[in-house]
Amino acid sequence: MKLNEIQKYLLKEIADLTDVPQGAYNIRSNSQSIGRQSSPNVDIIPKEGVSGLDIFIKPNSKGEVVHIPVVMTESGLKEKVYNDFFIGDNADVEIVAGCGIDNCGAHDSQHDGIHRFYVGKNAHFSYTEKHFGSGSGEGKRILNPETEVYMEENSSAEMEMVQIKGVDDTTRTTLAELKEGASLVVRERLMTHGDQKAFSIYTVRLNGKNSNADIVSRGVARGDSFQKLDLKIVGNSECKGHTECDSIIMDNGKILAVPALEANDVDASLVHEAAIGKIAGEQLTKLMTLGLTEAEAEEQIINGFLR
Amino acid sequence: MLELKNISFSVSADDADKDIIRDVSLVIPDGKLYVITGPNGGGKSTLAKLIAGIEQPSGGQIFFNGQDITEMSITDRARLGIGFAFQQPVRFKGIRVMDLIRLAAGRELNVSDACKYLSQVGLCANDYINREVNSSLSGGELKRIEIATVLARNSMLTLFDEPEAGIDLWSFNNLIDVFRNQREEISERSILIISHQERILDIADEIIVLKDGLVDKRGTKEEILPGLIGTTYAVPNCKGIG
Repeated sequence: MKLNEIQKYLLKEIADLTDVPQGAYNIRSNSQSIGRQSSPNVDIIPKEGVSGLDIFIKPNSKGEVVHIPVVMTESGLKEKVYNDFFIGDNADVEIVAGCGIDNCGAHDSQHDGIHRFYVGKNAHFSYTEKHFGSGSGEGKRILNPETEVYMEENSSAEMEMVQIKGVDDTTRTTLAELKEGASLVVRERLMTHGDQKAFSIYTVRLNGKNSNADIVSRGVARGDSFQKLDLKIVGNSECKGHTECDSIIMDNGKILAVPALEANDVDASLVHEAAIGKIAGEQLTKLMTLGLTEAEAEEQIINGFLR
Repeated sequence: MLELKNISFSVSADDADKDIIRDVSLVIPDGKLYVITGPNGGGKSTLAKLIAGIEQPSGGQIFFNGQDITEMSITDRARLGIGFAFQQPVRFKGIRVMDLIRLAAGRELNVSDACKYLSQVGLCANDYINREVNSSLSGGELKRIEIATVLARNSMLTLFDEPEAGIDLWSFNNLIDVFRNQREEISERSILIISHQERILDIADEIIVLKDGLVDKRGTKEEILPGLIGTTYAVPNCKGIG
């Protein structure tokens, strides 16, 4: 498998890959799989009838890593891809996804990735998904991820979902359903600039006793961009849920945070926090007393905030 | 050398100008440790902010090593060699202690470099370098980290605005040692501390008493300190630390 320079650049941005990854992987470029490898405990099988993969992680397997990055460099491509992850009971796996679009043309490029996770009993997975856009074309870079997570008893997951920059339009939809003792941690980072629009919609249902979820979304809206954060937790049993929207607004950016908590059980304990504000002047002042310009101070504050 | 010439600062309040600093002229020579004390509201913190460029004077001029810095930004003054330790340190989400010390030093640092600054303020580097400078840190921890960043900055002139405020007694003793060490090492550098603490006043070369925006008294420690003992301008270390 040979990668060109733009492909390498995008893979570095979204998955920190400088070469073909170790372990199981599928690299998708311009709607084609350009490299795929299963491993003894991870089977990656192309779907029939629709684009996408079925990925099976064997029960009890530990320390597996799966990379499934997507890059698009042809202007005007539009695709919808279904990737389903079947994580066996007691398995422990790290999954690295992400999509980079380089659009130098006049036509919109769009990747809609539907990721479904079926997490077995006592299984654990960590998930990293980075979205990135580049290229000087007028065509938009559009990414609409749909993520569904179905968690069996006592399973756990940490999900890091990041939109770095350059994505013109995105609607990010995440649905999670947790059974007894299941635990979900989500860290979302969203940066929008120019006239970009980002919608992020979460619905997390805590169905089982002692299930818990902690969803934190941090956003920075610069330029004329717009973000809408729609975070909802539903407590259907004795459970703990926490959501947090924490946003920095700059220039003419606009942010709408719509927290929602729904408790359907007297023992559900749900908390939401939301804060939107510009960078605190005293933070800028402190960094300027260390010799940074105002612009450098802003970058440091934002990079830290979105880390 | 820092020189203030006829510095004034006023703010608008209730449609009238209120003078905070009135025609203050001062020279802080190199190699000296100066402490400014005086009553609350006397203009001490404002004077330090005027020197660092955080506030702009309504009149007068500020010279640093002969250069007029009155119109200069905070950044340019910092780059010329003016450091500032805030009375109430700022919290950041996501920025780590290591990041802040590295930014202060203006160069890449390894853990042992960072450790040098943190251990001077009584913090174990391994416990702190990867901590975020956020609300998970206590006021005392934050204050010590603030002082560590200023030590890493190693400025020609360092301003400390009430360094004792918000720290516990153990840290306070540590802080005195930090100033003592600095005092021995300064040679070409100078330190200006705003403080009411008798033990800090006791290590000064010179003391300035600022009252109602004016220099009320100034002189060597031996000349000034005896007259301040027993007043709120020189509080023993068992009081006023909180």
